[in-house]
Amino acid sequence: MTVSKQELAVAALRNGTVIDHIPSSVLFKAVKILGIANLDKAVTIGNNLDSKKLGKKGIIKVADVFFPESTLNRIALIAPSAVVNIIRDYEVVEKFPVSLPDTIMGIVKCGNPKCITNNEPMRTKFHVIDHDDVTIECHYCGQAVKSRDAQIC
Amino acid sequence: MNTKSLVSISDIGRDEILKLLETARQFEENPNRRLLEGKVVATLFFEPSTRTRLSFETAVNRLGGRVIGFSDANTTSSSKGETLKDTIKMVSNYVDLIIMRHYLEGAARYASEVTDVPIINAGDGANQHPSQTMLDLYSIYKTQGTLENLTITLVGDLKYGRTVHSLLMAMRYFNPEFRFVACEELGMPKEYKIFCEENGIKYTEHTDFSEEVINSSDIIYMTRVQRERFADIMEYERVKDLYNLNNSMLGGAKENMKILHPLPRVNEIAQDVDDNPHAYYFEQARNGLYARQALICRALGIEV
Repeated sequence: MTVSKQELAVAALRNGTVIDHIPSSVLFKAVKILGIANLDKAVTIGNNLDSKKLGKKGIIKVADVFFPESTLNRIALIAPSAVVNIIRDYEVVEKFPVSLPDTIMGIVKCGNPKCITNNEPMRTKFHVIDHDDVTIECHYCGQAVKSRDAQIC
Repeated sequence: MNTKSLVSISDIGRDEILKLLETARQFEENPNRRLLEGKVVATLFFEPSTRTRLSFETAVNRLGGRVIGFSDANTTSSSKGETLKDTIKMVSNYVDLIIMRHYLEGAARYASEVTDVPIINAGDGANQHPSQTMLDLYSIYKTQGTLENLTITLVGDLKYGRTVHSLLMAMRYFNPEFRFVACEELGMPKEYKIFCEENGIKYTEHTDFSEEVINSSDIIYMTRVQRERFADIMEYERVKDLYNLNNSMLGGAKENMKILHPLPRVNEIAQDVDDNPHAYYFEQARNGLYARQALICRALGIEV
């Protein structure tokens, strides 16, 4: 079976999840959002790989882990063009882009020092108010921020 | 969140605004009605504000309810490090309604999520102050006979003024035409201009507080230009008196025109305006009592 080396770079897992087309600049934010550091499964992280779409891209491969869709969609905030590949028996059985939810719980820190979320032990909550030029607004203090400027907790 | 809570004026839609104005009018006719018999209301002022607190407490007292609370967080267990959530949950055991003012933005929104007791936001940082907006709306309604199709001029600090932002948003149902009169440094922020454009609200911007603007207004809403807001003190010195109103400027004003101010006023309205029939700012403050009574009854689900 001749499989090109390009394809092998994605489907080298037997079973697991691959997240592809993550801009290099936000790769490690995505790793943080997915809580990868706390997993005890085999993880491969590639960075600065050539990408037709993005110029340089990052990729995350996690063996034997299948994340809930809501967890995967949380990276849409910083990597709206990321693509998820579900691998079973070396085959890509499912492939879908991440999609930005309307509300984001936790993950993002509010940049307003006078926001209650920065002064009280509580979860942050943001609403997406612009899906195109991704902008989110704090549910509590109303301050809006562009996703690229958002501080990840 | 408890749906009877009032955290932001945008929690209330057009029809409800009109209903509340009618209720406020009834309270103005008679503010002493024993509708809150047996009810206990907490006024939790984590940040002092004597005027607002006294207004709310009077509102409860005149309706036959009882008030407990505090007017300064330093005297409470907040100073021992108790979380806002714990304070709210504790007070919720005692009362039917919580009226709170807090120095942090979003505090009232959060409070409304941690308790079933209704919350009325009496001011959260620089964010919302919905009871002020309600009394502003009532004042406009009372003096103009309607909220529809009015020319409203907002003057002074339009960048940081939460009362002008809130009024702008509340008026969106009523087809107003706004005039924004301010120096460039304190102009109406972009997101509010976008809000106007998205909601079909006409507005014009002026740096000059001219006779022409005054004479075509139905309402002039004055706000204070604060020194602290300026990065450049020379700029403050240059503009500080440009947006003051004095009696000589009012000769050509429309007969129905009224001057509003959320108070306290310093220099922006000269003393010589006080006796002019256009001056309405003290009556505006008194309207706060009736507007707050209406809001309290709404929060407690009391039909008036």
